[in-house]
Amino acid sequence: MTRYILRRLLSAIPVLLGISVIVFAIMAMIPGDPATAILGSYATPENVAALNEDLGLDKPLVQQYFIWLGNMLQGDFGRSFALNRPVLDEVLERFNATLVLAGTSFVFCSVLGIMAGVVSAANQYGAADKAITFVVLLGISIPSFFLGMMMILTFAVNLRWFPASGMWPIYGDRDIWALLDHLVMPAFALSVVATGVIARLSRSAMLEVLRQDFIRTARAKGVPERGVIWRHALRAAMVSIIPVLGIQAGFVLSGAVYIEVVFQWPGIGRMLVDAILRRDILLVQGGVVIVAACYVFFNIVVDVAQSLLDPRIKT
Amino acid sequence: MALLNWTRRAVLAGGAAVALSLAALSPVSAQTPPGVLVVGQVAEPQALDPHAVTAVNDFRILMNVYDGLVRYASGTLEVEPALATDWEISEDGTVYTFSLRDGVEFHDGTPFNAEAVVFNFERMLNEDHPYHDTGPFPLSFFFSAVESVEAVDDMTVRFTLNAPYAPFLSNLAYPTGLIVSPAAVMEHGAEFGRNPVGTGAFTFAEWRSNEAVVVEANPDYWDGAPALQAVVFRPITDANTRVAEMLSGGIDMMVEVPPVALSEFEGDAFNIVEQAGPHVWFLILNMREGPFTDQLVRQAANYAINKTALVDEVLEGTAAVAAGPTPPAFAWAYNEELEPYPYDPDRARALLAEAGVENPEITFYVTEGGSGMLDPVAMGTAIQADLEAVGFDVTIETYEWNTFLGRVNPGLEGEADMAEMAWMTNDPDTLPYLALRTEAWPENGGFNSGYYSNPEVDALLEEARTATDQARRAELYREMQVIVQEDAPWVFVANWVQNAVTSDRVDGFALEPSFFLLLDDVVKN
Repeated sequence: MTRYILRRLLSAIPVLLGISVIVFAIMAMIPGDPATAILGSYATPENVAALNEDLGLDKPLVQQYFIWLGNMLQGDFGRSFALNRPVLDEVLERFNATLVLAGTSFVFCSVLGIMAGVVSAANQYGAADKAITFVVLLGISIPSFFLGMMMILTFAVNLRWFPASGMWPIYGDRDIWALLDHLVMPAFALSVVATGVIARLSRSAMLEVLRQDFIRTARAKGVPERGVIWRHALRAAMVSIIPVLGIQAGFVLSGAVYIEVVFQWPGIGRMLVDAILRRDILLVQGGVVIVAACYVFFNIVVDVAQSLLDPRIKT
Repeated sequence: MALLNWTRRAVLAGGAAVALSLAALSPVSAQTPPGVLVVGQVAEPQALDPHAVTAVNDFRILMNVYDGLVRYASGTLEVEPALATDWEISEDGTVYTFSLRDGVEFHDGTPFNAEAVVFNFERMLNEDHPYHDTGPFPLSFFFSAVESVEAVDDMTVRFTLNAPYAPFLSNLAYPTGLIVSPAAVMEHGAEFGRNPVGTGAFTFAEWRSNEAVVVEANPDYWDGAPALQAVVFRPITDANTRVAEMLSGGIDMMVEVPPVALSEFEGDAFNIVEQAGPHVWFLILNMREGPFTDQLVRQAANYAINKTALVDEVLEGTAAVAAGPTPPAFAWAYNEELEPYPYDPDRARALLAEAGVENPEITFYVTEGGSGMLDPVAMGTAIQADLEAVGFDVTIETYEWNTFLGRVNPGLEGEADMAEMAWMTNDPDTLPYLALRTEAWPENGGFNSGYYSNPEVDALLEEARTATDQARRAELYREMQVIVQEDAPWVFVANWVQNAVTSDRVDGFALEPSFFLLLDDVVKN
């Protein structure tokens, strides 16, 4: 098992190198440059050239790439042009916020999605199944940013139950309650679609398992229905549910971009959107590489978890 | 049965969870405390070093933390004393000698004096200065006319220019001319932008990344301590969210209210504040090739576009119709006799016929957004419809702002016949000097992307730049406006009326024509 994990980790290196080349090339290819973005209407060719020199962007691209890569391998991601601070500080701070949001959403959608799927499957074509299917389809169909705006309108502007945006109160203690207060709406809005997807797939995975012989055996032996479903069937179904969770973790992370913009959550998605508009090259590159590394890491965790659950999957 | 059992438990658990989250509802909707003003900003500031930044969004914070040698008198764009109490200009307009205000201290306790002023300008302009590497200083060319800065004595400072340059005082009032604490720059180096120290009405307290910049009242402010205890600047990039925060009481003041949202704030709970600024929104016409080489066709475009409908319908009254290249906010230099081109499609058709062109084909560059561009896509579409109504055949090409600038600034030749553009400046000299002179063609590093050239205008602008007498300058600018309007190198469209909304707890707030946000007289109950 250790060898398997090691091998997976090693295979991540070329993937990350490839990502660094791609993100560097994209930032180099899109029109507009940081100097134009910084200077705005004052971007004469002369001023742009002078500022590019100050920013070190007058060097050949290949040289720029290797300088960047070399520095990055030593843990130096450079300084953001637009925010005037080290890229790593900004990315880590922002990533924390995203992890809080996406993590909460992920736990929420996994638990709720699996529960809904199991209940649906156990009552196939029953009233509970129909009700859950209806709600789930509704959830999958609503774009999360629209849901977010509607929630702000209802719960922040009209009812004033929750703050409209941000992660922390401007005044007062920064305790867990203050955080929860700000977290409820964005985390819910972010998890709705993923909950629906997980519920649908959990339902079909469960139905598949419930038809199998060992379930009949378990019932024949007199195992209570609750035990059959939650202990025997769900455990077997998890093998096909876990990869779905892995994929949804990725979707939740990327969906956070919209939600962070709508709720002004100080996370990495909003940071990347701002950075791209400002042509803040180093921040975009550093941010994307770090997010990609996390994504690759998630995938490894999912694969490992799957092989632990089902030894038939080759290690 | 077992399943039912479970579901009942699930309902209980779910109920408990809901109860828990409701318990978490601390009094969030509680209003912001009195004496503390929360301002909704459009973006996270770049840095709080006035010499390193270019965005109006950052200027709104900076103007409250720092002072310059001079400032704009309230409600105008004319300079008055600030950290300098008075000044003398030499006969030939190249030497400015400032007497500095006594007894002013930076927020870090170090004294403000002539040495501090010299340090500020040397840091920006002299590449060999030990702290020049705390830049870059993208707007330092505002002071490119400065040849030397010297401390005559402790409280007198002398600037020598390489040529007479009339906008110099006005540029000193711009944020690029604000004075920072040399001691703080030495202490923080490149991190000064996150640890700002000035002499202004408010002292920097804290910057929580992507959450808030907090400044507190400076009780020793030379111009009287502010009434507020503190101001919190919150970056809220999404306009809809900013409106929602304003409606739900999370912020006390917001700037740049989207035109469509203004109606939300009619009523007693809010005040809407408006102020026309030194901004002009126009269309650059390509005079080097294509149909707009003919003055009649350019005038036809000016007559064909219904500017009143644009500002009233598309911009919902957040702009006024522009008459010429100089915005009326520069009251002293504006030609009151100038009437905007009226909306007259018949006249436009007649001019096109006179010019002998039939259905001229036009490529029109439109941007998706950008500083001061208002609502460029909707405006572009409306303009296209107006032009087509009189016989133009208009093709729109839309670009994201930075891409757009990269295409328009190097000149329209081979690119397009017409492009949207907007400028916001601090002196009537800036825009025409950079965008209307022959010397300012893109190949010479200027912004005259449509290649307008009129020797008479060139001469007027050169003289206005070097004249030291403001009355004489005003005369020259007024004359220039008449000629440029007649030549029609641009379609003059709109002057932005900036707006802000405050809650009814805020008193004493007014917007400035400079578009700066000055909060030292604001009260919050």
